[in-house]
Amino acid sequence: MTNRPSPPIAMLAELTHRCPLSCSYCSNPLELTDRTRELTTETWIDVLGQAASLGVLQLHLSGGEPASRRDLEVLVKAARDVGLYVNLITSGIGLTTARLDALEAAGLDHLQLSLQATTADKADWIGGYKGGFARKLVLAEEVRQRGIPLTVNAVMHRHTIDDVGAAIDFAATLGARRIEVACVQFYGWALANRDALLPSRIQVTQAKDTVAKARRAYAGRITIDFVPPDYYADYPKACMGGWGSTGINVTPDGTVLPCHAAATIPGLVFDRVTEKPLSAIWHDGSAFQAFRGHEWMQEPCRNCARRDQDHGGCRCQAMALAGDAAATDPVCRHAPSRPAIDEILAQQVAVSPSFVYRSNKREKTSSVNIAAR
Amino acid sequence: MTTDPVPLLPRGTRLHQDRVRDTWVLLVPERALLLDEIGTAILQEVDGRSSLAAISCRLAERYGAPEPDVASDVREFLDGLVGQRLVDYQ
Repeated sequence: MTNRPSPPIAMLAELTHRCPLSCSYCSNPLELTDRTRELTTETWIDVLGQAASLGVLQLHLSGGEPASRRDLEVLVKAARDVGLYVNLITSGIGLTTARLDALEAAGLDHLQLSLQATTADKADWIGGYKGGFARKLVLAEEVRQRGIPLTVNAVMHRHTIDDVGAAIDFAATLGARRIEVACVQFYGWALANRDALLPSRIQVTQAKDTVAKARRAYAGRITIDFVPPDYYADYPKACMGGWGSTGINVTPDGTVLPCHAAATIPGLVFDRVTEKPLSAIWHDGSAFQAFRGHEWMQEPCRNCARRDQDHGGCRCQAMALAGDAAATDPVCRHAPSRPAIDEILAQQVAVSPSFVYRSNKREKTSSVNIAAR
Repeated sequence: MTTDPVPLLPRGTRLHQDRVRDTWVLLVPERALLLDEIGTAILQEVDGRSSLAAISCRLAERYGAPEPDVASDVREFLDGLVGQRLVDYQ
């Protein structure tokens, strides 16, 4: 690469891995970072300033549950002070009225509320937290009354995708201007739980139909972003808009990643904000340089007409399913490893296995107590 | 809705001067829209008090362009953002 990369537009700041929920599709790594290794308030404030100087416009405060950090309000204020657009990605658990007051005063721009399911039984089962849904509803109503700009993020998988219409109605009732109905992507915990989470082709087709109807019904009222599972696609997603091109992730201990799952690729060396300036990491860090441009590509990507459209798809998925991070994303119908995906789809089981809930010990499981498809 | 509504940037939508890229951007939930000169000029006139006609009139005067052309550009640009719920008409 001789071209200097454009600055990143968005930063995902994973403030903590701590979370009251333990969803089986959590995007955090299987090895969770302990609280004692989390960055200090001062370091985060410095990182936010560096991010704005580098060109970041959008800050996504995430986790774990970012409200688990007591200094969340301080960080929101620091981010606004340097001009960042501050989006809080939350389950809503732990956000009291007093904390919402403080977040609004600090200048929070937008809140993204996760929705595990539209009924208490199912949501609490999926999140592994009894009473969580009731607490979420209280928070959601509070957010509605205050007029905090809201996106509902309804996570879709085998057990929730048939309720997509209800999820959209739910978001509309809350006054959300936007709903994301994104199917679980299979990395980390979700990959470990894939048999319990992957929807069937019929479910996906029906959901697309429901979303199309809802888009007509709610036109001008709520924007619906629907992301079907890529296993059923013919071409891969343009993951992260291209590696090291638009997004930058900082983990709870300050490790800087090109995407949240990048650490699953062996051989990549990641820099930390405690050791190097963010700008140097973005421009020259070896992990960021690894899959920029085209030189790393293999056939059929290298000479494919779509190579600048989908950038070869997802490197982490290539690693996970083809065993080679530089391979074509196995989702692509031209990928040599596409049969691996077809095999997974062909082997879907009639009864969902139990979830392996996210935990530090990786042993907590629970039997399926909702009628499985 | 009147035929000459007053556009307003709702809470959660902000016009921002991006000094790194030397451009103006519209910051909205989970996205940043890079604006060209025309988009910037229009959105800088959106103050929650001026109607579309008033905005078009000011821009036509400033750029010395025919008002009907400007009015149609303003309407099309803002209608697009209203459709995405990034601007409100009142």
